[in-house]
Amino acid sequence: MSRFLIPLVLVAVMIPVFVIGLNRDPSEIPSPLLMKPAPEFELPSLKDPGQNVGSANYEGRLALLNVWATWCVGCRQEHDYLLRLANETDIPLYGLNWRDRREDAVSWLQQLGDPYVASAYDEDGRVGIDWGVYGAPETFLINAEGVVLYKHISPLTEEVWQKEFQPRILAEKGIIE
Amino acid sequence: MILFLAFGLANAIDAGKVFDDPEMQARYEKIVSEVRCLVCQNQTIKDSNAFLAGDLRREIQRLMEEGRSDAEIYDFLVTRYGDFVLYRPRMSGKTMALWIAPFLLIAVGGIVAIRVVRGRMALSVDDDTD
Repeated sequence: MSRFLIPLVLVAVMIPVFVIGLNRDPSEIPSPLLMKPAPEFELPSLKDPGQNVGSANYEGRLALLNVWATWCVGCRQEHDYLLRLANETDIPLYGLNWRDRREDAVSWLQQLGDPYVASAYDEDGRVGIDWGVYGAPETFLINAEGVVLYKHISPLTEEVWQKEFQPRILAEKGIIE
Repeated sequence: MILFLAFGLANAIDAGKVFDDPEMQARYEKIVSEVRCLVCQNQTIKDSNAFLAGDLRREIQRLMEEGRSDAEIYDFLVTRYGDFVLYRPRMSGKTMALWIAPFLLIAVGGIVAIRVVRGRMALSVDDDTD
């Protein structure tokens, strides 16, 4: 009896492990930045090169940082949602324009609308490396102490916002546990 | 034609020569062949021409020029991209299972095999006495 029982138990244990493993997206790599202090940065503003945009802009408050580029298909997909989100939420949304051409990025915002309080222009991707960016769009939630609460890779949607961002924001504001 | 091909290859990936000092160049080549390109996960940044791979190669070159050690450069990458960025993940709490599992599995398999073989040997001895 135990002859059959042992392999049976082993298979019963392994099947869920494989099912979970197969359903995980290997392109989504957990960020080592989670619950760690976000990197500080200062870059020229996308729209106004004379001005600087950086972590000092949102220091001391809950903020969102969205990594985007005009060559990034997913960024176009999430753009309409970002516009809506910027309207609906009181959390400032900053942009990190990553490895893009300035004129392309500026005209994209002119044509499609600009959801960002301001966008920093990371032309050579130096700041992107500090943030561990490897595929736009990526969206970071940073708290008032400058700690990364959450990182979402791939286009931001209403569903992701409700499920992943909203609870963390409410917990941060002390509204619910 | 051959010239054209050679030119194309040389252009595709600029992981080639970046240091005049052969010792530095050897170090550089070793590091870039140990680092995973995260956009194209099964390539090293040495083999990949994705722009992120190029950025990381440039960053490694810069850190080397600053005189950082290999360990410091790997640290720099792991704090930003996580253990996954290294093809040979380092021993840590999180990667311990990865390192120990193969040896554990071989040991378990070995024990099972020995038991099975012993069982069969005992059986065949019984057969002879019959």
